[in-house]
Amino acid sequence: MPLSALPDAEAQCVALAQMIRPQLQADTMLVGIHSGGAWIARRLRELLELPGEIGLIDVSFYRDDFGEKGLHPQVKGTSIPFSVEGRPLILVDDVLYTGRTTRAAINELFDYGRPASIKLAVLADRGGRELPIDAEFCTWQVELPATEELVLEPDADGRLQWKFVDHA
Amino acid sequence: MLNRPQSNPQLNAKGELTHLLSIDGLPREALIRILDTASSFLEISDRDVKKVPLLRGKSVFNLFFENSTRTRTTFEIAAKRLSADVINLDVARSSTAKGETLLDTVDNLVAMHADMLVVRHAASGTPYLIVDHLQRIGRADVHVVNAGDGRHAHPTQGLLDMYTIRHYKKDFSGLTVAIVGDILHSRVARSDIHALNTLGAGEVRAVGPQTLLPTAIEKMGVRVCMDLQTGLKDCDVVIMLRLQNERMNGALLPSAREYFRCYGLTPRALALAKPDAIVMHPGPMNRGVEIDSLVADGPQAVILPQVTFGIAVRMAVLSILAGN
Amino acid sequence: MGKELSGHSNGHLPSLSLRISNGRLIDPQNDIDATVDLFIVDGRIAALGQPPANFSATRTIDAAGCIVCPGLIDLSTRLTSLESELVAAVAGGVTALACPPDSKPALDEPGLVERLVRHSEALGLARVYPIGALTQQLAGEKLSEMGSLARAGCIAFSQAKQPIFDTQVLLRAMQYAATFSYAVHLQPQDHYLAHDGVAHDGEVASRLGLAGIPVCAETVAIATALQLARQTGVRLHLARLSSAAGVALVAEARRCGLPVSCDVSVHHLHLSEKDIGYFDSRARFCPPLRAKSDRDALRAAAADGTAAVCSDHTPVDEDGKQLPFAEAAPGATGLELLLPLTLQWAAETGVPLSRALARITSDPAAILGIASGSLGLSTLADICIFDPAEIWPINAQTLRSQGKNTPFLGHQLSGRVKTTLVGGRVVFES
Repeated sequence: MPLSALPDAEAQCVALAQMIRPQLQADTMLVGIHSGGAWIARRLRELLELPGEIGLIDVSFYRDDFGEKGLHPQVKGTSIPFSVEGRPLILVDDVLYTGRTTRAAINELFDYGRPASIKLAVLADRGGRELPIDAEFCTWQVELPATEELVLEPDADGRLQWKFVDHA
Repeated sequence: MLNRPQSNPQLNAKGELTHLLSIDGLPREALIRILDTASSFLEISDRDVKKVPLLRGKSVFNLFFENSTRTRTTFEIAAKRLSADVINLDVARSSTAKGETLLDTVDNLVAMHADMLVVRHAASGTPYLIVDHLQRIGRADVHVVNAGDGRHAHPTQGLLDMYTIRHYKKDFSGLTVAIVGDILHSRVARSDIHALNTLGAGEVRAVGPQTLLPTAIEKMGVRVCMDLQTGLKDCDVVIMLRLQNERMNGALLPSAREYFRCYGLTPRALALAKPDAIVMHPGPMNRGVEIDSLVADGPQAVILPQVTFGIAVRMAVLSILAGN
Repeated sequence: MGKELSGHSNGHLPSLSLRISNGRLIDPQNDIDATVDLFIVDGRIAALGQPPANFSATRTIDAAGCIVCPGLIDLSTRLTSLESELVAAVAGGVTALACPPDSKPALDEPGLVERLVRHSEALGLARVYPIGALTQQLAGEKLSEMGSLARAGCIAFSQAKQPIFDTQVLLRAMQYAATFSYAVHLQPQDHYLAHDGVAHDGEVASRLGLAGIPVCAETVAIATALQLARQTGVRLHLARLSSAAGVALVAEARRCGLPVSCDVSVHHLHLSEKDIGYFDSRARFCPPLRAKSDRDALRAAAADGTAAVCSDHTPVDEDGKQLPFAEAAPGATGLELLLPLTLQWAAETGVPLSRALARITSDPAAILGIASGSLGLSTLADICIFDPAEIWPINAQTLRSQGKNTPFLGHQLSGRVKTTLVGGRVVFES
């Protein structure tokens, strides 16, 4: 896909916030999955003017590919500065693909307690699901060949932008 | 000369850490990675469910030929927090007493589907013998962690000591670290020395009487001080080593009393170090022999945090090895 | 002068006349280094260059491209299993060897010595010269029956690696030996200074956390032995020196006219503490491998003739080496490596071939007091024919000894024995 056709990720964050706003409850907490989900979750917190801290999850210790790939060289760590018990949570990630990262994040959250509910919010859904996982909130549906990776990154000024990485 | 450049048996063909036998010879990046990974494991102890599923389905065998409830327990906790199955082998009482060789025992454990062996032995070099044997029987996939071999190395202790120092002092460059006590017989001291030098510590001092200092220890990158006062002057970190009972009444030292008088860490001696110096000890402490209770229980001692960090560091080591 | 065994029992074989032709003959004792033929009649050297009168060769051995030298003489071979090790000896070109008294049981009974001598002669391979125990059971307390042991065949007396704690006993043992002009071989290591050491007390042992044996354990023992030798007049041989300071003491004593000799193990001419690597138990030796500077001093001592060279042959099976370094049995197999390692030392340090060969032929013969180690006329034809250029791999298949334990396992060495003769009979041919 040509570069000019990539959507504006910052605008997508705004759109995502608008989708979420009507569904917010008093005690909803956002949990961003490192790294892309963490950046987006921070944006959402500002946009939705949420008072509390957001949670950040590193799924390195819950991934199902540890046997093949080993431990990720850079583990950023998980921090959940609130009680998960009985809370509605919104899990935030940049790209939903096979669903395995979401599965790992859900397992990790359940080791902290029993949430009331978990909804998934993503900027991009590229299909190719290998597990029965679905995003409640999504701003962009896109089909990509398996050799292409969709990456979210901050540019030099800190604005989030999309990039394609070809692994062919 | 044999002219045989030996590759470090701790690293696999890709240069990844596949066994942890000694800090000697490990690149700086490998140590940093373990310390960084340990940070993320600390937080797990604060959760309700103090487990992550990383090593689920893996079997970790604690093969301790030397008694040590402390170290074995922390390895057991670390492995269980990673969801591994842990089996403790109290070898002193079992098969080796019946004449089974060390390597026969290893073969049996491998047949029982051990994924990792945590080994402590009184003879220096034992983990290397085991790694060499595993290589020869085609089971280099079984990871070996050295939990202490004779006087040679105690790498996880060295790493947790470094984690502790990094936690309180942030940067290693410019640090002066004094290691005090029976360095001759200490695997902890040797591991600490290698780690400090690899991580770029400013100066490492080995402090003790000549009877307790290894020959040519300066070659390991330390400054020898036989006088406690000189050794502690302006240092940032004091690592006190345990003095074992059997050393004290013979040809190495005349008595515990004399040792305490000359080399014991009293508040007065500690005052020679920097005011914000931290005091460490691998444990268990001999109060009144190498360390005064006032210091051990004082504000500069970080001995209990060392234990907490020890679990996280061992979790990091087990995870990194299991993933390679 | 020297003692000889009366010759192996080859009774039913007819006497041979052999011609060894086209070989480079090196006889260090008689200062010969020339390409000449060698003629053997009735088991003795009959002539060099031209055949003796009425000579008719039963067999001619073509030694083209090879060196023909006296059969090697080894000052210390542990005969853990008699036949296999004597086969290994002749495969290594060794035609005479001295075995230390620390077999099980120790060689402190004349009956044991007689049996050893009888069995070795029956095998008809390398000649065996037993070294008897200096004290009973090597316990360092009571003198052994040196007279009876000598009559049974012992050519010297030693404690092998066992200490004598009581210096008074050592003094008396030397006096007794000197009475009968018996030589005393001692491996100098002070038991208390060596304590539980397993490696050279230096940089490597400190780093690896191995208990060290300081150099002073050797020099203190050498100094004690030299003083007692000076007092008693005993013919002393110091075995397996390992340190620069140690050889310096012996060199000084020799300069002062003391009749003392010494040897170094051929492994110590090459290896140092660095070869322990990652706790390789094949590098566990007694005395330990020391620093490079010590190794260089041992090389210099062998070069200038202060020290002879021996194999210190010590077969150890897998079980004995597959142990943590401190628990592994020390020693290496050496009979078949004595020649190639000696040649390698000579090549690396520029020692002339004849001088290098003297260290493993004429010098050990003089130390043991046997009429051997040379190719003089009428001497017994104990001969080694080897190809100095042939490179061969050291592995479990090429080594005939039951001991495959050597740090050189898996290496290629240069210098291979082609034919070995004892008393004019071919006892090995490759």
